[in-house]
Amino acid sequence: MSNKIVLGLVLGGVLGILDGLTAWFTPAVRAGIVGIVFGSMFKGLIAGVLIGVFARKVHSLALGIVFGLAVGAFLAWIIAFMQHGYYFQIMLPGAMVGLIVGYATQKYGASGQLQRA
Amino acid sequence: MKFLPDQVVVRLQTGMQTPDLSGTRYRALELLGQGGMGAVWLVQDSILQRPVALKILTAENSSADLAARLMQEAVVLARLEHPGIVPVHDAGTLPDGRTFYCMKLVEGKTLDHYVLKLPLRERLRLFQRIAEPLAFAHSRGIIHRDLKPSNVMVGSFGEVLIMDWGLAKVLNVTGAPSAQVPGAVEESSLTKQVSEQVMDAFGGFSPAKQVSGHEFTRAVKPGASAPENATAHGTILGTPGYMAPEQERGDVNLIDQRTDVFALGSILQYLLQEPPGSQQSDSYSRPLRAICAKSMSAEMSDRYRTVQELAADVGRYLDGMPVSAYRENIFERTARLVSRNRVAVVLVLAYLFMRLLFILFSRH
Repeated sequence: MSNKIVLGLVLGGVLGILDGLTAWFTPAVRAGIVGIVFGSMFKGLIAGVLIGVFARKVHSLALGIVFGLAVGAFLAWIIAFMQHGYYFQIMLPGAMVGLIVGYATQKYGASGQLQRA
Repeated sequence: MKFLPDQVVVRLQTGMQTPDLSGTRYRALELLGQGGMGAVWLVQDSILQRPVALKILTAENSSADLAARLMQEAVVLARLEHPGIVPVHDAGTLPDGRTFYCMKLVEGKTLDHYVLKLPLRERLRLFQRIAEPLAFAHSRGIIHRDLKPSNVMVGSFGEVLIMDWGLAKVLNVTGAPSAQVPGAVEESSLTKQVSEQVMDAFGGFSPAKQVSGHEFTRAVKPGASAPENATAHGTILGTPGYMAPEQERGDVNLIDQRTDVFALGSILQYLLQEPPGSQQSDSYSRPLRAICAKSMSAEMSDRYRTVQELAADVGRYLDGMPVSAYRENIFERTARLVSRNRVAVVLVLAYLFMRLLFILFSRH
């Protein structure tokens, strides 16, 4: 079991990259795939850290999932807002990624105190 | 000729059996259990004002040898201070000359009655708790030798107590935790004296309020008829079905903690059986079957070395981890991992499904 913040960071980053790579299947945005992947990874990293910190403070699976969902959706909304469109296509996967990271950090992450002990 | 009515005969018998507790702190209340050579009485401790159980030799069996054995059983129990082992409060001789020891009164159900309606996972957790006091006894060099469901009591609050240490074998009399490899434990001279002087005088009953379901331990001399509760040097001691092969053969010198591992494996097998009338089948998973098989291997060297190892394997099964007794194939491993991380798998699949839908829609 790894530290909750580290787990959130790694999981958020990896899922963010994978999320960004799926843009390749959308011909309209394929040209800007590199920027999308980096942006998505950065979004995933921020979401992962926030969710990891929350998981460290609040030991509740349900609240962790809700918080992950909310953070993922909010960050995705910012991206969609900057894109002036694709709200559904960006926000739904973003929220899902947040939900998965929220669940994983609560379920599999070890608290910092435990690790020190 | 006039015969006495049955009721009178019963009263006379009870009166003869009732121990003479005059001048002691105990007052007899009720006979809890009766074996071939001894009895357990529910008595009131008049000083501490509490009910306790008194294990007393029956009048006809008050030989010095049996008295020494009873006292030895009390000494063994006194050495085992553990929440899962009935504590001994007192021991001595009654005014009528009979040896006794006093212990905590345990109220609850024997394992065979307790587990009837428990789901499998709870039965397995209960099994882990049975292993704890046993591991403690082993660390003190004491082998129970008569583990069976009727010798395990589950109290009103779910506490597990191992009863009836009358057949216990002492491997190490120092009382210090034994760090030796199982099988390499040397018996001391005192131990040899004690261990071969078996302590089955009381025929395997426990100071429990519920005594109806007790099987009585048999002491069987090889090649001889099997008198109930008979005792002699070199006899075979234990309960058929729960005795390890070395115990059945009467190889007293071979007996070590792996003998109890065998009995514990038999208890596990008993716990895995579905209760009569249950709709479920008796087939349980391969890892659990492998754990039972390993515990109950005919060869001592093939068994778990300690009860902790056995309990840990059951714990791993409960946690969805691979067990040491069973080598799973790739499909079983995958199924176990999926089962263990069911929610995570569902979330990832939902995410992938959503992505797939997006890709399909974007193409059309």
